Amino acid sequence: MEIDINLSQFHDIFFEESFEGIEIMESELLNLSPGTADKEIINTIFRAAHSIKGSAGTFGFSEISDFTHNMETVLDKMRNDELVITQQLISVLLSAVDSLNNMLISHREARPYDTTLVENVTAQLERLAPHASTDTPPAKQETSQGNRQAGGSDHSPEQRWRIGFFPFEKLFYSGNDPLRLIRELKALGEFAIKAEVDNLPDFDDLDVHNCYLGWRIQIQGQITREQIEEVFAWVEGDCRLEITREIERRSPEDRRKSPEQSGRRKTDTESRSIRVSTDKIDNLLNLVGELVITQSILNRVCNDLGMDSSDKFLTCLEQLERNTRELQEQTMSIRMLPVDNTFQRIPRIVHDLSIAQGKQVTLEFSGETTELDKTVLEKIGDPLVHLVRNAIDHGIETPDIRVSKGKPEQGTIKINASHEGGYVILRISDDGNGINSDKLLATAIENNLVAEGEELSESQIHNMIFLPGLSTSNEVTDISGRGVGMDVVKRNISDLGGTVDVWSEQGTGSTFTISLPLTLAILDGQVVRVGKQIFIMPLHSIKETLIFHDRDANTVAAKVELYKYRDEYIPLIRLTELFNIEPETSVDHPELLVVFDIGDKHIGIVVDDVIGQQQVVIKSLENNYKSVPGLTGATVLGDGSVALILDVLGLATQHKETGNRVTTA
Amino acid sequence: MEIMNIDTDHLNQGITLQDQNTSTSQLLTFILGGEEYGVDILNVQEIRSWEQATSIPNTPDYVLGVINLRGLIVPIIDLRNRFEMERAEYGPLTVIVIVKLSSKSKSSRTVGMVVDEVSDVYNISEEEIGELPDFGSIVGTEFIKGVASVNEKMVIILDIDMLIDTGVLGNDAESDDDESQALPAIS
Repeated sequence: MEIDINLSQFHDIFFEESFEGIEIMESELLNLSPGTADKEIINTIFRAAHSIKGSAGTFGFSEISDFTHNMETVLDKMRNDELVITQQLISVLLSAVDSLNNMLISHREARPYDTTLVENVTAQLERLAPHASTDTPPAKQETSQGNRQAGGSDHSPEQRWRIGFFPFEKLFYSGNDPLRLIRELKALGEFAIKAEVDNLPDFDDLDVHNCYLGWRIQIQGQITREQIEEVFAWVEGDCRLEITREIERRSPEDRRKSPEQSGRRKTDTESRSIRVSTDKIDNLLNLVGELVITQSILNRVCNDLGMDSSDKFLTCLEQLERNTRELQEQTMSIRMLPVDNTFQRIPRIVHDLSIAQGKQVTLEFSGETTELDKTVLEKIGDPLVHLVRNAIDHGIETPDIRVSKGKPEQGTIKINASHEGGYVILRISDDGNGINSDKLLATAIENNLVAEGEELSESQIHNMIFLPGLSTSNEVTDISGRGVGMDVVKRNISDLGGTVDVWSEQGTGSTFTISLPLTLAILDGQVVRVGKQIFIMPLHSIKETLIFHDRDANTVAAKVELYKYRDEYIPLIRLTELFNIEPETSVDHPELLVVFDIGDKHIGIVVDDVIGQQQVVIKSLENNYKSVPGLTGATVLGDGSVALILDVLGLATQHKETGNRVTTA
Repeated sequence: MEIMNIDTDHLNQGITLQDQNTSTSQLLTFILGGEEYGVDILNVQEIRSWEQATSIPNTPDYVLGVINLRGLIVPIIDLRNRFEMERAEYGPLTVIVIVKLSSKSKSSRTVGMVVDEVSDVYNISEEEIGELPDFGSIVGTEFIKGVASVNEKMVIILDIDMLIDTGVLGNDAESDDDESQALPAIS
C-alpha cells in the first residue's frame, strides 16, 4: 500500500478544507446556547473537528491533530451530557477554534505560531476534560465513547457487520489513506478483510496515483453503525460504502439511506458554483451592451425605412428586443451576490463584544438573500461592522440597567436587507438607549460645529453624529475611539454612491438606514450638452437645475465666478473653459446651471442643454488609457457613441485649485 | 455607417502560406506622410475605418479622444501629430489601426492609431532589421526599433510597446522630460 505520493501538493486542499471546517465550527458554536445540549449542533462541530484531526494526522501536522483531539474530547463529553454547556465553555471552544485557525495559517505560511496561546487553550480544554491526554489511541477512545452515547436498541452485545468499502479512483488526492481507515476499523473488534481487485487496469494503464482497489470487510464485536460510519466520516463522498448488519436482515430504512445519501451528495456538488474571473464577466457585459445598442439602431433603421408596416417583422423585432433586455439583466445579475456573505462576519463580533462588555445581545438577520453587486458588497463590510460595534458599545445597556428600565435583559440588534426602488436598503436597529440628543448638541456646540441657539430638528441633531469629531460616549472604550468614527462610515458609504441616515429615540433605540445602489457598474445619469460635447452627470448628487443668464454671475478678482444660490454664493464651473470646449456661438436660449451637493456645500456647473435622464453603464478610461482628472469614466450612448461621465467632486477640487483655467496636461 | 473592418487573420493566413520560417516576423505597414512604417502584425487587432472620437479634456493634442470598440472604451491617437508631422485631413482612406499590447505584467491595453492608409504585409527576418543612425535630437528615435528595406523601399519599424507605454500613456516617470527633448512639446 506504500505509494510514493508527494503529499505537499495536497496541502492546499487540506488547508482549504480545514478552513471550511473552522468556519463551520465557529458558526455552529455561536448557534449553541447555554443550558441546552443540541446534539445535532454538537455533532456537526464534532464532525468538522474530526475531519481536521484526521487529515492533519495524514499530512503529519501532529500538533494540529493533537490539539483537535483535545477539542474532540471536550465535545464528546458535551454530547454525552457529561459537561454542561455554559457560556464559558463556548468561549473556551471558540478560542480553541481561533488557536486552531492560527496554527493552520502559520503552517500554511510556514512560520511559527504563538505556542503560549495554544498551550493556554490546551490547558483550559484539559481542565474541562481531564482524561483528554490518556494513552489510548485517539480513534479508539472517541469511538468507544461514541458507543456509550449511541445507546438504545443499537446497543446489543455482539454484532456482525459486512462492510463494502470501494474508494473512488481519486481518493488519494483528498489525502486519505485507506490503510489508516482499515486499521482504525480493525481496532473495533474481530476483523476479516478481502481485497477486490476487479477494477485493477492493465499494467500499462495503471496510474500509481489512483486507487483501484476495493475491500470487503467483516467485523464482529460491540460495534454500532455510528462507530463504523465515523471511521469513514471523512472519506464520505470519496467512496462507495455499503454497511450491512448480518444476522438481521437489512432494514428497509437502512437500505434506502445509503443510495439516497450518495445521490444527494452528487447533486450537491453539481449545483455548486464555479469561479469565473470578473474580467470575463465584464467582457460579457460589454458585448451584451453592444447588442442592446445594435438592437436600438436596428429599430431606428426599420422606422426610417418604413418597414413598420410589416406586422410580422415588427413582432420579431419586439421579441428580439425583449430577449436582448432579458439577456442584459441576466448578465448583470452574474455580478450580484447575496448580502449573506457580508453578514457572516457579524455574529462572532457580537458574541465577543457582548461578553467583553458584560451585555446580553441577540442578533436577528432578515433578508439575507437580497443581492448586491460584489464590489459594493466587499466595501460595505467594514461600515456595517462599525455600526454593529457602535450599537453594542453605545446603544445596548448592561442587563441590570435594562431591567431597571423595564426592558428585557437581552438586547436585540436587527439587521435587515431589502430592495427598495433600485436601491438596496440595509437597516441596523438596536433596542438600546438611543442617541442622547442633548449631549450630542452640547458636544457639537463645544466643537463649534453648530452656533449656540440655532434651531435644529431632532433628526438634524441625530444626523450630526456623522460629523467628524463627535462622540456621545463619555469614556473612550477599546471598541470605539480608535479613530474610525461615524464620519468614516458615512464617507465609505457615499464613496459607494449610497447614503446613510439615522433615526433614534432616547431610551428606545436607534436605527441606521443605509441605502446603496444595486451596482457600481450602473449610474443614474443626467445627460447634458456643453458646446458639441455630451456629458453624463451623476443624478444622485444633483440638487436642482436652474435657468442661468451670464449677468447672474459675479466675479471675484476677475478670476472666480460666483452665483447667488438662495442664501449663499456658490462657485460656478464652466466646462467650456475648464475642459477647453468650443462654446456654442449662436445662443438662442439661456444656459442652464446644474447645482450639485458636495457634502454640505454646493457648486454649479453651466451647461447648454439638458437632454434627459438615463441609466448608463460606467466604463473605465484607465483600462486602455489613463485616468483623467474631472472624469469618473465613460459610457456608450444609445447611438453607439462615447460620452464622458463627470466627476463632480473632482471638478470642484480642480476648480478650487485652478479656477476656470485650462490645466495643461 | 460604412464598415471597413479587416480581419487581420486573413492577412496572416496569406502570409503563412508563403513562408513558414519561424525566425521571420510579419509586419503590417502603413503610410504616414509618404513614409512607410511597420508594426509587428501580432500586435494588430484589427483595422477600422475613420470615425469621429469623443475628445477627452486636458489631454495632449495627439490624443484624439476615445471610441467605442464593441463596448470597450479605446483611446485614439494621431500618429502624424505624435511624430510632429504635418497634419492631414481625415479622408475616406484614413484608417485606425487597433493595436493590442499585452507587454510586461500590466493588463493588456488596446489603443487605436490613426494612419493615412494601410500599405502591405511583409515578412522580415531579424537580420534584415538595421539600426537607425543617430540623428541626435532632430528626430525622436526612442519609438523606433530599426529600419529595413523591402523591395528597395525603406520601412521604419515601430516599437509599439515603447510608443504606447511612454509615448502615449506617459507611464514612464521620466518620459515627460525625454519627450520634450526628443519631440518638442506640442503647443
